[in-house]
Amino acid sequence: MEDWISIGYLLSAALFIFGLKKLGHPRTAPFGNQLGALGMLVAVLTTVVSMQLAGNAQWELIIAGIVVGSLIGYWMAVKVEMTGMPELVAMFNGFGGAASALVALSEIQKYISNADLIPEGLELTVTMIAAGLSALVGWMTLTGSLLAMYKLKGGIEVFGKWIRTPTWGPSWLNPVKVLLLLSVFVMIFLSIEEPTNQNYLWGIIGVSCLLGIVLVLPIGGADMPVVVSLLNSLSGIAAAFTGFIIGNSVLIIAGSLVGASGLILTFIMCKAMNRTLLDVLFKSFGGDGEKQALTRTKVGSDPDEVAMMLDGAQKVIIVPGYGMAVSQCQHAVKEFADLMKEKFDTEIKYAIHPVAGRMPGHMNVLLAEANVPYEQLIEMDEINSEFPECDVALVIGANDTTNPAARSGEGPLAGMPIIDADAARTVVIIKRSLSVGYAGVDNDLFYMDKTMMLFGDGKAMMAGLNTAVKEI
Amino acid sequence: MTPEFLIANITLFLLAIFLGFELITKVPATLHTPLMSGANAISGISIIGALIGSNVAYEGGSTALSGLLAFVAVVLAMINVVGGFAVTNRMLNMIAGKKRGGA
Repeated sequence: MEDWISIGYLLSAALFIFGLKKLGHPRTAPFGNQLGALGMLVAVLTTVVSMQLAGNAQWELIIAGIVVGSLIGYWMAVKVEMTGMPELVAMFNGFGGAASALVALSEIQKYISNADLIPEGLELTVTMIAAGLSALVGWMTLTGSLLAMYKLKGGIEVFGKWIRTPTWGPSWLNPVKVLLLLSVFVMIFLSIEEPTNQNYLWGIIGVSCLLGIVLVLPIGGADMPVVVSLLNSLSGIAAAFTGFIIGNSVLIIAGSLVGASGLILTFIMCKAMNRTLLDVLFKSFGGDGEKQALTRTKVGSDPDEVAMMLDGAQKVIIVPGYGMAVSQCQHAVKEFADLMKEKFDTEIKYAIHPVAGRMPGHMNVLLAEANVPYEQLIEMDEINSEFPECDVALVIGANDTTNPAARSGEGPLAGMPIIDADAARTVVIIKRSLSVGYAGVDNDLFYMDKTMMLFGDGKAMMAGLNTAVKEI
Repeated sequence: MTPEFLIANITLFLLAIFLGFELITKVPATLHTPLMSGANAISGISIIGALIGSNVAYEGGSTALSGLLAFVAVVLAMINVVGGFAVTNRMLNMIAGKKRGGA
């Protein structure tokens, strides 16, 4: 490899390192993202120029691929609604894993079509192991991420019919996962002896795809972002293995960087939910069809009643959840906060659960969109001590993250840290019904005497509440 | 591939993994998703492999199949890279934009 190519790749690797570092801090994160993009541009330009100088490039197809891919990626990124962000990240991630695995497959196909290209000795062993591992991780990432995407969406529409994505994971599935993994290792080992045997090739691909599905199938609810983060880490590892096949340093560096930092991020996210990675991967999260049947009822209130109760409140804590995202009522929430401040000089704060919504930081992004001041968004650990002195906790479309059952030490929610909304003097909950959340556990908070339920769509109810507050 | 080259690559691999572990320490929950999505865009680095692959595919009378696979890899990797950075940028602008307005 010529020197300047190595220097180009070195520069791009350095940009990735600084980019990742800066992405971890709120103030520098946008700059970090730009550094990462710049690093990618340097790497692509270096490659393209070196190919042009080598003089054997087939540009038509390559340029077509670049243009088509860029347009699709950009279009999706711009069009996506804020609520659909987690699904999109999962899908992009799957594509990245698939790209790495396809490069590996393309390389092996060359050997099959032209036996002269097959390397010998050490190089053959390294190539086949790297190609096998790249295929394993890459295909697993693709199927796992696509399934994760549909799980985050909640279902898939086939011919106008809505089919719920299942969550299914009996305990006997765990040894099956291990067996599948071992069988891939055996096939990789065998493929070193017979690099052109297509049976091993397609066998590895098929089993890896299956492995991705059975890995994600039992996982649901608040664990979903953790799995997407883990798959993200895997797609980095796939890129690193592909780097070994084609002997390219920047693939190895960038891939293993993403693999390692993604794994750390996965652990950080697990910690925020008080769960271990093993629990996430091997213990099914609620939703096994064992949803508790609702036996209790609660009389709903109307916005006028709630507004009367809000009259003169000194401190209100708003607890947003996925329901706020779905009904897109963040602007109405902000209007409510402004009204309360204006009329009663109420102190307003927002309690943000680490996994409220469908991804970490989901609520922050939505409320930011509605121009809610950053300092009013308080993370769970800090705000929980403030609930006993707060007049009203207004829960908007949140369920599991406020469920006192999590403190009991039993059931699917056991041990998950929650927002102590039940400690407030009065609790107002806006929700469409009393139905259970993702974890399938009935929420005692709904039935407390001090709780007022506003049954209805978040947006409609917030609008009603705002009108009622104005009229006081 | 000489043994030296392989050792050098394995060294890179291990060092980058250690670096990756050290790089991310404390991250506020707000940034979990943007960080995940930004790192995800970087893992689209396999675009380099796809580019080189789609080129080499035509050498030595290779089949259309390996060329086609590399072409699909280019498309998927570009979606990952461009979409990933763009969506991360959008998220971060929303978070940072609010901060400037509020502080």
